[in-house]
Amino acid sequence: MKRIYVNEQWCLGCHLCEYECIFANSGLDEMFKLKGKTGNYIPRIKVEGDDSSLIHFAVNCRHCTNAICVQSCIAGALSKDEYGVVTINKDKCVGCFTCVLVCPFGAIMPAPDGKAAQKCALCTDNAMGEPNCVKHCPNNAIVYEERD
Amino acid sequence: MDFYIPPEYEVVRTADLCIGCRVCERQCANEVHKFDKDLGKMIADSSKCVNCHRCVSLCPTHALKIVKSDDTYKLNYNWSMQTMNEVYRQANSGGVLLSSMGNPTEAPIYFNKILVNASQVTNPPIDPLREPMETVVYLGKKDVDIQRDEKGRLIDNLPPQLKLTTPIMFSAMSYGSISYNAHESLARAAEELGIYYNTGEGGLHQDFYKYGKNTIVQVASGRFGVHEQYLKTAAAIEIKMGQGAKPGIGGHLPGMKISDDVSKTRMIPKGVDAISPAPHHDIYSIEDLRQLIFSLKEATAYKKPVIVKVAAVHNVAAIASGIARSGADIIAIDGYRGGTGAAPTRIRDNVGIPIELALAQVDERLRQEGIRDSVSIVVGGSIHSSSDVVKAIALGADACYIATAAVMALGCHLCRSCHIGKCNWGIATQRPDLVKRLNPDVGSKRLVNLVHAWTHEIQEMMGGMGINSIEALRGNRLMLRGVGLNETELKILGIHHAGESM
Repeated sequence: MKRIYVNEQWCLGCHLCEYECIFANSGLDEMFKLKGKTGNYIPRIKVEGDDSSLIHFAVNCRHCTNAICVQSCIAGALSKDEYGVVTINKDKCVGCFTCVLVCPFGAIMPAPDGKAAQKCALCTDNAMGEPNCVKHCPNNAIVYEERD
Repeated sequence: MDFYIPPEYEVVRTADLCIGCRVCERQCANEVHKFDKDLGKMIADSSKCVNCHRCVSLCPTHALKIVKSDDTYKLNYNWSMQTMNEVYRQANSGGVLLSSMGNPTEAPIYFNKILVNASQVTNPPIDPLREPMETVVYLGKKDVDIQRDEKGRLIDNLPPQLKLTTPIMFSAMSYGSISYNAHESLARAAEELGIYYNTGEGGLHQDFYKYGKNTIVQVASGRFGVHEQYLKTAAAIEIKMGQGAKPGIGGHLPGMKISDDVSKTRMIPKGVDAISPAPHHDIYSIEDLRQLIFSLKEATAYKKPVIVKVAAVHNVAAIASGIARSGADIIAIDGYRGGTGAAPTRIRDNVGIPIELALAQVDERLRQEGIRDSVSIVVGGSIHSSSDVVKAIALGADACYIATAAVMALGCHLCRSCHIGKCNWGIATQRPDLVKRLNPDVGSKRLVNLVHAWTHEIQEMMGGMGINSIEALRGNRLMLRGVGLNETELKILGIHHAGESM
């Protein structure tokens, strides 16, 4: 399946992807409307490495073939769809956060309301149509492609 | 005591649009932007800004703009603010002023005063989308005698030629003055386009030997990185006698740009300034130049054309005539608006002549002397667009060198601060965190796009003139007319004024 990959050689640690992710999932029509509200959201992609690091790379859900989060979900909220995308049904999520604990990449996190988990669904669950972090990465460090 | 010099440009942030993502702060190597904890918002220190537009380009909400400061000294036609500031800076530092990129002054741009012809009625234009339109150019010496063997068959005695799919090449920019990723972008684009890029005087990084077929290697006065393999790998060898941005002087790459890799490639110590002398210490005459040309030809078994690059200066036509007779295959002429990674400001802005005039005179002189076919002519020094390429070819060039336009394709916004070494676009820097900002996948694609676009436009303009081969445009000055030029200028350019017929 097509997945998001990050090439740390080109990741600048600019954190634009995080803000583009917040915007994509905010439902807002203009990004500047996030002014003063960015703290209300948590991006589903996270840049590893602080500003002084020589290496940065953005991490989000790997959509693992044998997704341990799906296996661990006690409520049946996490599932793999027909394309292999691991998605979360917020209505079923009971907020036990077992998935948060088991994810080896730290790619699932509690949603800002603290009641359910959230994760990247490759922008299939918002109006973007294609992964917004990939579209706006200024250095092609984040790519969306098919790999073996 | 240093005087405070107010910044020329100011960073303006539209508070309503700024979401505080701090991308500007993270992307500015000059540390202009910062998040102020006391105020709880982003602030900017314009005095550090070089106006490279990296922050403006990357701001996701377009909250930033950079404006010309309206802070001014008492207006004075005789003493502009810039001139006054330069006096203050020199009184502060006692140093020679340094600048980068091409001459930005208001001196005339002759290309903009030349118009191109088009066919109407009697000689129909050609539609390049429907009919073949040849842009392939061969550079090299062409005036050899036709020889036949005992059976009457032609003997191929044509000296080596460079084949270009389009009359555009990337001109010399050294590894050291520009980054590894910038070089890789140029090399990959040249290979994909079927043209050539030029190493400049900084040697050829080991990783780029694989692009040798599309590489012109330079031999300059510092002889940095010149060795047998370097010469043999290349498609052609260029002897750099001068550079349009700084005719008459050498080069000076500051020690801080001599990283491990640059030191290895240039074969010089790390961290020590790399100084190219003003002259080649073994060239004081055309005869000396001939010796170097034939040394290089001998070293490469006469398989590669040799280019001699000179800056456009007052007696360029006579110089070119000497070069043509010295055994060079190609003459490259660099006009006074040509770019640089660093040059003394006074030299850059005051020395040399416009490429349009130099080219017209060189072509004319070589024709008069009957040696125009002994060499090809390549010109550079602010070729702004495809129409400049068309005009240059009609004035007598075989092909054009572009570099400023090429680095602009890579992201350069002409902030003219290359000499500071903190290029936010990852081009004119060796700082690893900045170099990585230029992904050659992106850079080479953008260069290919640019040259493709220009080639399409060249074909359109040729078609309009009813010309279907670039060869038929070369030196075809009847296709050009001048506007707003005086008699002398028209005479030097060898063109009529607009409105005059044949």
